Amino acid sequence: MSAIHFSPPPAAIAYPELRAEVRAFLRETLGPDYSPYARARSWTGFDAAFSQKLGERGWLGMTMPKKYGGHERSDLERYVVLEELLAAGAPVAAHWISDRQSAPTLLKYGTEAQRETILPRIAAGTCFFCIGMSEPDSGSDLAAARTRAEPVAEGFVVNGTKLWTTYAHESHYMILFCRTSQSEDRHGGTSQLLVDLTTPGITISPILDMAGEHHFNEVSFRDVLLPKEALIGQMGDGWAQVTSELAFERSGPERFLSSFTLLTELIRILGQAPEGAARRSIGRLTAHLMVLRHMSQSVAGMLARNENPMLQATIVKELGALLEQEIPEIARTLAATAPAHEDHATFAQVFARTLLAAPTFSLRGGTREILRGIIARGLGLR
Amino acid sequence: MSDTTSDSMTAMIADTAERLFSDFAAQAFAAIPKRPGDGALPWDAPMWQAVEELGFPLALLYEASGGFDLDPLSALGLVRQAAAHALPLPIGETMLANRVLAQAGLALADGPAALVAGVSITRGGDSWRLSGAATGVPWGRHLQTVVICDASGRIARLTGGWHVDEGRNIAGEPRDTLHFELAVDKADTAQSSFTPDLVNGLGALIRAQALSGALEGVLKRCIAYVTERVQFGRPLGKFQAIQHNIAIMATNTAAARAGADMAAAAFPDVLSDPARFLRQVAAAKLRAGEAASLCAPLAHQVHGAIGVTREYALHPLTTRLWAWRDEHGSESDWADHLGAEALAQGAQGYWPYLTEGTATQTGDLT
Repeated sequence: MSAIHFSPPPAAIAYPELRAEVRAFLRETLGPDYSPYARARSWTGFDAAFSQKLGERGWLGMTMPKKYGGHERSDLERYVVLEELLAAGAPVAAHWISDRQSAPTLLKYGTEAQRETILPRIAAGTCFFCIGMSEPDSGSDLAAARTRAEPVAEGFVVNGTKLWTTYAHESHYMILFCRTSQSEDRHGGTSQLLVDLTTPGITISPILDMAGEHHFNEVSFRDVLLPKEALIGQMGDGWAQVTSELAFERSGPERFLSSFTLLTELIRILGQAPEGAARRSIGRLTAHLMVLRHMSQSVAGMLARNENPMLQATIVKELGALLEQEIPEIARTLAATAPAHEDHATFAQVFARTLLAAPTFSLRGGTREILRGIIARGLGLR
Repeated sequence: MSDTTSDSMTAMIADTAERLFSDFAAQAFAAIPKRPGDGALPWDAPMWQAVEELGFPLALLYEASGGFDLDPLSALGLVRQAAAHALPLPIGETMLANRVLAQAGLALADGPAALVAGVSITRGGDSWRLSGAATGVPWGRHLQTVVICDASGRIARLTGGWHVDEGRNIAGEPRDTLHFELAVDKADTAQSSFTPDLVNGLGALIRAQALSGALEGVLKRCIAYVTERVQFGRPLGKFQAIQHNIAIMATNTAAARAGADMAAAAFPDVLSDPARFLRQVAAAKLRAGEAASLCAPLAHQVHGAIGVTREYALHPLTTRLWAWRDEHGSESDWADHLGAEALAQGAQGYWPYLTEGTATQTGDLT
């Protein structure tokens, strides 16, 4: 392979009526007092009540079968809802993981009992998930995971530690990636387990980020007994299952809209007819956003057609993170305002929040270095 | 025509084009003058004839006007494919000229053609008077037909009578100034809704496609080179630093292509919604130009000294990247266009503008 192609997005991606419905809902639900500072959290803002309202509107589990509480709508309709939520900076963190990747994983690999008990609650916006992948000695190198689930007569006994577990303290379940047997192959002998976070032996400890906010956690497992029914998919297929999750994780609009509130606040303070440098910078960012949105929609179309857009998703995430990180740097060249959380000026606050979040944009969901390695492999270089 | 038939025809045309273009690549490279003093790239009449025989200059026409109902994305894809092999032919320019001629109800072009602006067309009794000069005309000295669009949308079709001042771009492609001071018969003119801005936008559209093709050609060449070239006992491509440079090139190449395809898909809007068409073109040309600026130096970096020699076929692609990014609007020009439009929406209208292309009064979220 020598070039990675993005097929044209489906023409039906517009869905103007759905878009208008979501906008009206957001205006009403978030209200006039929902500040730019709150919007600037992007998809890290947590609000369980908001997620439940979304569920009531039928905007969670949108693509799932009706028998599991889903709405059998297209991936493209779901895409429209997602990007409207992100553009508005709605507090979507509570359900983000469960709707984006846990539900598809359970739908694809889960047992009938898992689907019946969990999926309707995800669609209702009342059941939240966290990701159980990273560990203290297993960050980018996911296959180095050491957390062990020992098969025993009653099920599994789990010991180990998961790290950087976003919103574990607010979640009901984790999908745990762990070792269930010895294997010569470092990708072998791994499985995914459904973990009820109220199970005895699980300790969730907060890790504050540099802005002093609590998103991350350390989740330790000490002789945690999980039932046999906790197994998702096949024993030993954990690696294949976890990597298929990543195409969903890497290509969505959240991969280029994390700094969007800062961009709109920048446009606000620049006014409608600023001088040349400002005009050109905003024009350039607009071009990048248009093209990335087109690429991300192309991936949504490929997912909808059951194709495997792994490389395309990786490219969207890589380019999206670069753009998201560039926005605060461009903002400071155009606006003579230092970032400050306590400043009364909205722009300074939004700037501060985005600036401090920006380093994570190229870490979460696969670091820049990992993504570039995946692309190089896709091109046959490794 | 059913989708399936149309898809298979698209694939067949792309395959045919690929075979033809790759067959011609070596002879195109061999024909490049060795020294700057030797002048511009020469005209290769047999190569043009082969392209004409396959009907590629008619690729943007409907069947009723002599084309084959190819969708614009596939038609403009031919420009990209030709550029990936650095073919020295005005295929895209002739396609556009034919499309405008067909739409204006005038006879199609004889031979290679170009669509130009910058010349006035005024009424003088029974004929029309052309006056002015068109600059940077691709392959101007070799054109058999020139299609002029003036500020009022009047179109004139000419097959001779202009005066040429020769010039060339950094890749050696002829970029001539054509001077027009003559009268044309009224049968060779027509009124249209095209404007000089759209002529420039159409030029930018084919340059965006061509840039994405040249980027794909560069990427392919780089991957082949780092796979073969061994240093420190292993192929260059096994070094992580090289892999990451190639990955950066691949992501930017993919973005350039995606943007160019996005703009190509907007081609049918050119007259019905010219503002939308120009917006998509602006984003595409800017993105492709930026990718060119990033990838050309990286391509030379991974190649080392061999890449900068006249004898190695990297420069036909990288010099085209450097030439084309400035033709029909640089990144700054199109950023200005988009920025003015985007800022006029204000913070509240910006997202609706991105999603619908227009600000809505009720869609305010920000």
